[in-house]
Formats: sequence, structure tokens, C-alpha cells
Amino acid sequence: MKYDVAIIGAGVSGAAVARTLSRYNLKIALIDKEADVSFGTSKANSGIIHAGFHTGRKYLKSRLEIQGNLMFDELQRELGFPFRRCGVIVVAFEEEDLRHVQDLYRQGVDNGVIGIEICSRERILAVEPKLNPDVIGGLHAPNGGIIEPYRFVFSLVESARKNGVELHLNFRVKEAVRKSGYYEIIPERGQPVEAAYVINAAGIFADEISRIFRAESFKIIPRKGEEYLLDRMSPAFPNKVIFPVPSARSKGTLVIPTVEGTMMVGPTAVEIDDKEDTSTSSENLHMIFDFARRIVPSISQKDIITSFAGLRPALEGGDFYIDISEKAENFIQVAGIQSPGLTAAPAIGEYVKDLLKKLDCKLTEKKEYDPFIEKVIQMRDHTHFESDEIVRGNAVYGNIVCRCEKVSEGEIIEAVKRGHTTLDGVKFFTRTGMGRCQGGFCTYKAIRIIMRETGLTFDQVTKRGEGTEILKSHL
Amino acid sequence: MKEYFFDCAVIGGGAAGMAAALEVEKSGFRAVIVERENTLGGILLQCIHNGFGLHEFKEELSGPEYAGNFSEMIYASGVKVFLESTVMEIGEAQGKIHELYCYSAVYGVFTVKAKSVILAMGCRERNRGNIGIPGTRPAGIMTAGLAQRLVNIDGYIPGKEIVIVGSGDIGLIMARRMTWSGCKVHAVIEIQPYPSGITRNIVQCLEDFSIPLYLSHIVSSINGKDRIESVDVTPLRDGIADEEKTFRIGCDTLLLSVGLVPENELSRKAGIRLNPQGSGPFVDSYLMTSRDGIFACGNVLHVHDLVDFVTKESRTAGANAVKYLKSALSARQYKVVSGSNVRYVVPQKFNFEDVSQFYLRSMIVKNDAQIEVKINNHLIKSVKQNHVQPSEMISVSLKKEELAKVTSVNDPELEISII
Repeated sequence: MKYDVAIIGAGVSGAAVARTLSRYNLKIALIDKEADVSFGTSKANSGIIHAGFHTGRKYLKSRLEIQGNLMFDELQRELGFPFRRCGVIVVAFEEEDLRHVQDLYRQGVDNGVIGIEICSRERILAVEPKLNPDVIGGLHAPNGGIIEPYRFVFSLVESARKNGVELHLNFRVKEAVRKSGYYEIIPERGQPVEAAYVINAAGIFADEISRIFRAESFKIIPRKGEEYLLDRMSPAFPNKVIFPVPSARSKGTLVIPTVEGTMMVGPTAVEIDDKEDTSTSSENLHMIFDFARRIVPSISQKDIITSFAGLRPALEGGDFYIDISEKAENFIQVAGIQSPGLTAAPAIGEYVKDLLKKLDCKLTEKKEYDPFIEKVIQMRDHTHFESDEIVRGNAVYGNIVCRCEKVSEGEIIEAVKRGHTTLDGVKFFTRTGMGRCQGGFCTYKAIRIIMRETGLTFDQVTKRGEGTEILKSHL
Repeated sequence: MKEYFFDCAVIGGGAAGMAAALEVEKSGFRAVIVERENTLGGILLQCIHNGFGLHEFKEELSGPEYAGNFSEMIYASGVKVFLESTVMEIGEAQGKIHELYCYSAVYGVFTVKAKSVILAMGCRERNRGNIGIPGTRPAGIMTAGLAQRLVNIDGYIPGKEIVIVGSGDIGLIMARRMTWSGCKVHAVIEIQPYPSGITRNIVQCLEDFSIPLYLSHIVSSINGKDRIESVDVTPLRDGIADEEKTFRIGCDTLLLSVGLVPENELSRKAGIRLNPQGSGPFVDSYLMTSRDGIFACGNVLHVHDLVDFVTKESRTAGANAVKYLKSALSARQYKVVSGSNVRYVVPQKFNFEDVSQFYLRSMIVKNDAQIEVKINNHLIKSVKQNHVQPSEMISVSLKKEELAKVTSVNDPELEISII
């Protein structure tokens, strides 16, 4: 298969690049080693759209963060992913913290953060009543927000595919051969892909992809973050994303409301060696909760639904590395995309497009480009009267499969239709099994629907791709 | 939206809901059951082992047989049943009429309007997140109840090399079930120094198959990337993990049987007050919740050991709903409190006019214990119990005469203790 552009990695960076490029007359392949998109770093993300005050403009990541932040309203209108500008705050408990708040404020103003303000104790408690009353002040940036990161990636990919991008899943790049005017990209299994331009958005594995293409040599340092998800019934659910003041003593723990009404505490930040180590530990659980309870006292371990860990693909120096390779021809590096990568992603898409232009890649706009995707029905979003209409139209929306998150059979069928055929894929697309029972009641129903809709047999249904089958045999 | 009118709406068609609905219908009032699955019976349907019904039917039945007996009675009665219908919300009462919003692929979205409601939604299993087992998140980890459903109803086996966390009854039953299905159950790991399940199950499901039970041990890590490969098990010494003594057990499946929680999300959203101790609703001596005309019974109220007790309690709830419909619930309510070594007592109110039936759970393991019932420090009843442990529910009933001893006390408060 011959393409103009191959994008390696269907996380948020790759997906954003794919969607941006899908506006142009290009034949594009989006490649990922996993069974679904967004199954790497972008899955285990805090889901924060950062406000743009955490780092100075000298960093590329900061400039792209600010630009990216501004693009989300239009993207949401086009793609319909769950996103809300709830605002973010930084809270100070000591005098020294207040000095940091001043610094962050000045940096934010310098970066052009809209609406950023310093808050007195009274003001910060009014903005976020769940805070520990020992708080002495803080910073508020109303332009920050929260998003469902995987839903964002799913919608970017869906939009890209609608506009002609071809998705290659379970495609683990083994080898790349430079031919005249194009690369032959050979997977461990399956047919090779040929492309004139290659974009390396491989996240935690970007260094290995770079090596395979004989491009720059660098090292991605996985920095693990453990997070805990709390029940939507938790009395601690905040209005705002709450940051502690970054300090030398501790990297701190955030308290994060999710767009869908649950909440998270975390993440940790520990550099590790193993690129596949997403385990959680009990030491960190206690550390996170001790810290979080200092910020919001009503946070309780008894509200934990689940925990997870993600790996930030950090580079030395901490900045993004987005540039044309000087060693490999027509090869663009999109590496080191750690926080605020999610926020920056739409801007990364534009930035990469400009780099492609520099490489004389011909970009002419497609006449038929359609930025919108079809909205999905979510029963939880509707009143009973609206639901009545929906179910009259299509009865499968009346069958509630996931009681905790109110997901109907119709939504699962739709997820499968849109290519999410693993249990995790269905879960991230629909929220089936994401609630307090964690699939205790709905897993067997979801398996049955996946089997029926895909024709897979029981032992082919997986949690997240080959090797993660749920059922081994039958009686 | 379609509307249906009944005297009493029962949410859930398991053991509790069926018994309650029959009791209502028997008295000439019109009852309806709204059940989300396509068969009446609830969790009983996946409990294909026997041991059900010794009290109720004076014989040992399997879960489906027990459920079948009741569902035959339901279909022979006038009780209306909506299957494959999920109650999404208990709306605010309009006058004295409660409104249930129900969703179904068969009937569409509809409301059931009823003068009284009986909550009989059962319970759910606690999961890995609730007990915070560290480690990776591979395939092959599920609750014992889900595994039971997959094996007994769907006929699928989740894995071959099994470790079970928690010695709750479902976990014990599944240890035997998986062994019978050709799997190797390597261990049952229990954090407490005593089993969580009833003694009968320890003997019949573990000892008879030589399955090791590790008391005072925890699973300190789950290992494996795609599929679970092993668990680390650490003994507790004086309640603290003795990490040096950690050992590893290979497995491809981990089943969790780490407790059940009454399923009260619907109740909570309806503004019904819940007891943080057991997570069931607060109920008065009539099993009526904090919302007028809404009753609760079975595992949604508190988790029972035996279905026979669920049936008994649910009949009481049904009978009380009938009295409510006849405006005959009039007895003044007084407070019930948990005394020494008692986790909770249900109900949380009593009256002086009826026989009072209390269910409680111990917080201690003890032989030759005494259950003491006091009203404002006057001992009114003392019952000897050969053995108490947290996993065995205790029931105490009080006759009117026993209560009559103290009617003259001001602000009577009844306390039940285990000593």
C-alpha cells in the first residue's frame, strides 16, 4: 500500500496530525501497534486542558499549549467529544507557596492566559468550596478545562478516517527500508506500508522508531504516573482542577473532576526503565491520598473505583522535540510529547503540517473535507422524555447494559460499528464497565454484544488486543 | 411516555422482590415487579449449587430451583412482571404517588406509578479498586460472581489456573465449581484471621478439595502484562505486611470475592437516607425507608447469608407495604443502636406493638457469646450464641411481652450488644 504520509502512533499527537493533514489531498496511513487507537499514553492521561501558565514561552511545549488551548471550543463543536472549561486553580497553604503563585501569575500573564487571577483565601474558597479551609490563597485560570482524552483521540481519528485517512492497527513497525523517494515500513506481521513522508509520533517508543528509521538518536525516559479514579458519588467532587504549588519537597498530587462526573487523584511522577511497566503500588496509593486529603479533606480511599498508571514519554530537557530529521530524509520527529501534550495536540497538528510544507510536501485543500463527525447517542445525556423518543426510534437504546454509567446496548453496537471491538475499546468509547462495579454486572453482556456484532467467537474477544483474551474455554 | 398504575411497585425480581410482591398481591392489592434481566430469579439463577430452601421449603434446593418455585407462584398470581426493564430513577412523589422511570428495549421508556415502592435491587460485588490491590492490569481478573455467571449460565471458563482473593461465600463456591470444571485452584487468600464465608462452605468447597486457605494473607501484587501470570502473596504479622515472607503463586486467573455492597445508587439518588455502616437504607420497624411509602428488603437492605432469610424479611416488607396501603402503620418508632461488638443492626427503629425481628452482624469472633438486648440499660433479653463471627448473620426476635417490661421509660432506646 502506497501513501504520501505515514504517521506512526495513533495517540493524541498522531491522531491530531492525521486529522489536520486529512484536510489536504494526501493519501495518509495512521499506524499503531495496539488493537485500538489511544491505547498507550493517551489512555492513561489526567484529561486536563492546561491553561498555559506552568512554563514560560521559551519552551516549544508552552507555545503549543497556549495555541492548542484556544482550539478546543471549535474542535468540540466539530467532533462532539466531552470537554468543559471548568477552570483550574493552584492552591497555596504557606507563605512560600504564595510567592510561587505570584510567579505563575506573571508567567501566565506573559503567556497571554485569558482571565488568570490571583485569589485571596476568601476568593479561592468561593471558587472551590471543597478546599481545605487552611488554604491561604491561590491562582485561578478559568480557561483551563477537562476532557475525556481517549474520546478526544477517538473523535480525531474518526474525523481523519472520514476524510480518507487509513488506519492500520496491530501494526508493530519492525523495519524501515529507504527506497527511492519513499520508505517501506515493514511490520512484524502483515503487509508493509510505503510512504514518502513519515511522522514519528510513537510516544514512549519514539526513540526506537527513530532508530529503526536511522534518524536522530535520543532516549525517551518513561515517567510513570499513577492515578486513582473515585466514584461519582464521592462528596469530594470539585468544581475545578486543583493543582498544588509545585515545590521542591513534593511533585504534588492533583485533584481532578472528570467531564463525565467521576473524579481522579494523582498522578505520581517517577522515572522508570521499563516502557511497559504500568503497575501501581500501595506506597503510592497512600502517598497520593495523604497528599490529596490535605488539599480536599473529604477525599476518601473508600470511594476508589480503580487505579491505573500511564507513562509520560519524557525527553531530557523536558521540552517537546518536533522537527524535521536531519539524518533521515522526509522524516519528522514528534517526540517527548509529555504534559501538556494533550492540550498542545491540535497545535502540534498544525505545526507538523508546516514542517511538511517545508519538506515540499504538496498541500492542496480537499474540496470535500468535512470537519464534522456524526454525534453518538448517549442515554445518560438525555431526559426521560427525550429517551422515550430515542427508544421509539431504535429499541436497542432502551436496553441498559451498564447500570453504573447508564450505557445502552445501542451505544455498544455503535462503538463496535465505529471499530472499537475490544472490551477496553468499548469501555473507553461508551463508558461500559467504567463505573463503580467495574464491569462486574455488564462484562458478560458486553462480550455477547461484541460477539454478535463482530462475528468473533468467545475466545477471540479480548480486553485490549491479542494476548488479553477474557475467556479460555467452554464447558 | 406510557404510564402504568399499581398499588405497589417492586424494583428487582430476585428472591426479595418475588417474596415481597407475592405478599402484596395476596392481600388483594396490585403489585408489579420491574426486573432488568429476561428471567425472574436474580443471582439465584447462577447459583447452581444446592443448600437453598432448608428453612423455606424444608428441602435442599439449587438456586434456580428456589427461584423457579417463586417465579411459578408469581406467574400463577396476578403480579404483573416487566422483564428486561431497568428502573433508571425513582422520581419525586406526586402527592402520595411514586413515579418510577423505566427503560426497556421491549416496552420502551415508561413510568410506573404506585402508592408504595419496595426496593429489592440486591447487592453488588466489591472489586479490585475497592480493596486497592497493586500491580499490573492484565486480562484474567474478575469478580467471583461474574465468573460464576460466565461458567454456570453462559458455559465459558475464564481460565485454568486460579487464585481466589477473599473467602466470601461466592469465592468458596467458585473454588469448588472451577475445580469441578477441570481447573486448578491454587489458593484462597484471606486478609482476616478468620474466613469470610460460612463454615459449611469452608468445609465443602475448600477442605474437601484440599484447596489451601491462607488466612491473614494479602495479595500484595498482581503480575503479568497481557494476561495475569502470578500474584505475590504476603502474610500479615500483627496486621502489618511481613514483606520478607512474600511468596509467588502462578495463575492465569484471579477471582475476587472481597465482599458485597447493597446496590443503593437508585435509592441514594431518590434522596433515601443510607446507613454508612452497611450502605443499606435506614429503615424503621416496618422496613420503611426515610421516604414515606418506600420499603426495602433483602440484600439491598443488608447482605444476608441465606436466601431463606431474604424471603422471610421480604414477606415482612410486603406485609408492611400492605398495611401502609391500608393506612395501618401507626406504631410510634423508637431508636435502635448497635452496641458493643456489633457492626450494624437492621432495622434501626422498633416499636412496642409488634413482634420485632432484628438482624445483626458481629465484629468479633467468639465462642459462647451472649447477645444482649437492652432498653435504656434495662436488660430485656439475653440469648446465648455458641459461636459468633462477622460472616454469620445473627437474628434476634423480641415478643411484645418482652418489650412490655419497659414501656414506661422516657425516650426508649434499644441497644443490642455482643459480649
